[in-house]
Amino acid sequence: MNASGSIDEHTESEVLHTWTGKTRQWLVKRLPADKLLPEGQPSYVSSWIYVFGMGAIASLIYIIASGVVLSLNGPTWYHVSGLGHFVNSSHLWSVELFFIFMVVHLWGKYWMSAWRGGRVLTWITGVISFAVSIVAAFTGYLLQTNFDSQWIAFEAKDALNAVGIGAWFNVANLGQIFMWHIVLLPLAVGVIVALHVVLVRARGVVPPLEAASSDTQLTTPDEVSVGTLTEGSVR
Amino acid sequence: MSKIPASVSWRSKDDIASRAWTGKKREYDLFKELTVGVIVVGVLVVGLSAVFSSPDEPSVTLKSWATAAPADFVATATAELGGTSGTAGYGAPYNNTPDVGQKLGPINLQSLSGVQIPIDTAVDFVTGPLSLQANPPQALSTWTAAATDQRASWTSAYTDALTKAPNNDPTQVAVGDYGPVPALTSSLLAMAQQGALDGAIQGEGGFFNLDYTRSILFLGDGAYFVGLADGAHLTGDQWGMMNETGNYPGQSWLWLFSFWYQVPVVGGAANADILVVGIMLLLTVLLGLVPFIPGLRTIPRWIPIHRLVWKDYYKRR
Amino acid sequence: MVNTILSIPSDITGGTYFGWGSFQIQSGNLIVIIVMLVLFVLALVLPFPGNKRSK
Ligand code: HEM
Repeated sequence: MNASGSIDEHTESEVLHTWTGKTRQWLVKRLPADKLLPEGQPSYVSSWIYVFGMGAIASLIYIIASGVVLSLNGPTWYHVSGLGHFVNSSHLWSVELFFIFMVVHLWGKYWMSAWRGGRVLTWITGVISFAVSIVAAFTGYLLQTNFDSQWIAFEAKDALNAVGIGAWFNVANLGQIFMWHIVLLPLAVGVIVALHVVLVRARGVVPPLEAASSDTQLTTPDEVSVGTLTEGSVR
Repeated sequence: MSKIPASVSWRSKDDIASRAWTGKKREYDLFKELTVGVIVVGVLVVGLSAVFSSPDEPSVTLKSWATAAPADFVATATAELGGTSGTAGYGAPYNNTPDVGQKLGPINLQSLSGVQIPIDTAVDFVTGPLSLQANPPQALSTWTAAATDQRASWTSAYTDALTKAPNNDPTQVAVGDYGPVPALTSSLLAMAQQGALDGAIQGEGGFFNLDYTRSILFLGDGAYFVGLADGAHLTGDQWGMMNETGNYPGQSWLWLFSFWYQVPVVGGAANADILVVGIMLLLTVLLGLVPFIPGLRTIPRWIPIHRLVWKDYYKRR
Repeated sequence: MVNTILSIPSDITGGTYFGWGSFQIQSGNLIVIIVMLVLFVLALVLPFPGNKRSK
């Protein structure tokens, strides 16, 4: 089953001349359909720690859905409507869950040293999505239009002014912060997370740290032990 | 167990971690996992929202401030008039104040940004709004006609007198030469208590105005607003950056940001903000570069928590 | 800055704090941090169900 991916690569080996064709060839080679949406995973993918990435995605879906409802109704709505307040609550709690899942995910990936074997971009896009999510959440706190956001705006301006960006990222300017929070930052989080997940699929899930080619899990009947000699390539 | 330590390098080479997996597989339905995830998270979100709701402490207004703490309001208004408030001496991006702004070595990024949001506290917070009134106080023309030195001596005399008055009460201030200052500040107090000042200051930005910089800076110059935040554990020296009002979880992920402000050599430095921002940027970059840093990337091998993650695999190997 | 000493009744809900000296943690944040640690430990020790193997 898993051999079909490599067969595809070779059948598409004809030389294409159009940009479109070359792009397709590159994409299909990097991410054939059965790698993008596989039905199985290596036998070692058997731990609850793997579900936290998906948990973060699920929370992100609720963040975006509740955020869309909030922004369609404008900043006053949730102060005056019971339904609005509930939607605001679900926005807050999905954010808290998102961060909880993301942090456990980060811990997991660290202890699995999941950047191994050419997966470093997956790690880096993860860190970027963490950083961008923090800024996005911060702008959300500024948009509460209540005492807390007044105070955060007053307190946070000093750090931003100290580094010289306070006039352009003005925490007391609701119009600016609105644009950051409901357009620019969610877009950035969405793009980075999509890239992150596509990278995971393209690279495959990282094998155990101590996997050795002598493991029974690797030496399946239809597998003539590949690369037994490379075990010493340690850096 | 293998004698050769497993590689924790980021490098792609010809080893098991870098090759496509050719060993045993198991069924793993990603879309089913996502669907179950969405359902579970949905139940959690709805449940938590229904049980705990969310915080919404009403905003402070200039009106509520002037009503709850008139003495503080008058003292602050006097400082705005005299140019001695926090905002008046803030420097960029609000005004030109020599020698302020935090430096990193010789670089003063704050001053470099220039005055982008000009604020003249005396005019924008006090005399401007007063002049909008139907019957502006007589004192306004006395103030406008006076020389800068004269204005400064009136405001500083009045500031001193307020500090000495019982409960800082403006109505119990000793007699002195304060010029038009008491008349101006008491008119402003009345205007604020009626709720007219909020609109007047906000209106300075024009009809369509989502910029609350002036109102928030004015509030923050007083002790009332800061006192409310302090009472709710929200100030910087209370790890307040992480905190939300009430018992609601806040931005706990800012714990490290908040932490540096509690370290005396950092938090107490004259350029604390720029130091903390710098440290955090550096640490974020370091986190991103962990796979490249020997030692940091090797800890997972020294402390083999991965044996728990892959316990099934290691058991059957 | 104006350093007027005032006795202001705080009408902002303060919440419950735990701590030692200058270190104070708000109960909501504490719970979130504990939840993360517990989830991490559980994820490591609980057996993952359904070891259906194919090929
Ligand atoms: C916006 C937040 C994030 C989302 C939605 C997300 C999502 C995912 C998903 C769905 C996976 C595959 C399944 C899994 O192993 O959980 C994954 C894998 C991975 N994530 Fe994240 N992630 C996020 C943040 C992070 C962060 C902060 C890091 C680390 C700094 C990170 C590092 C990784 C790595 C290295 C992998 C590859 C795992 C492997 O090959 O075994 N991710 N991510």
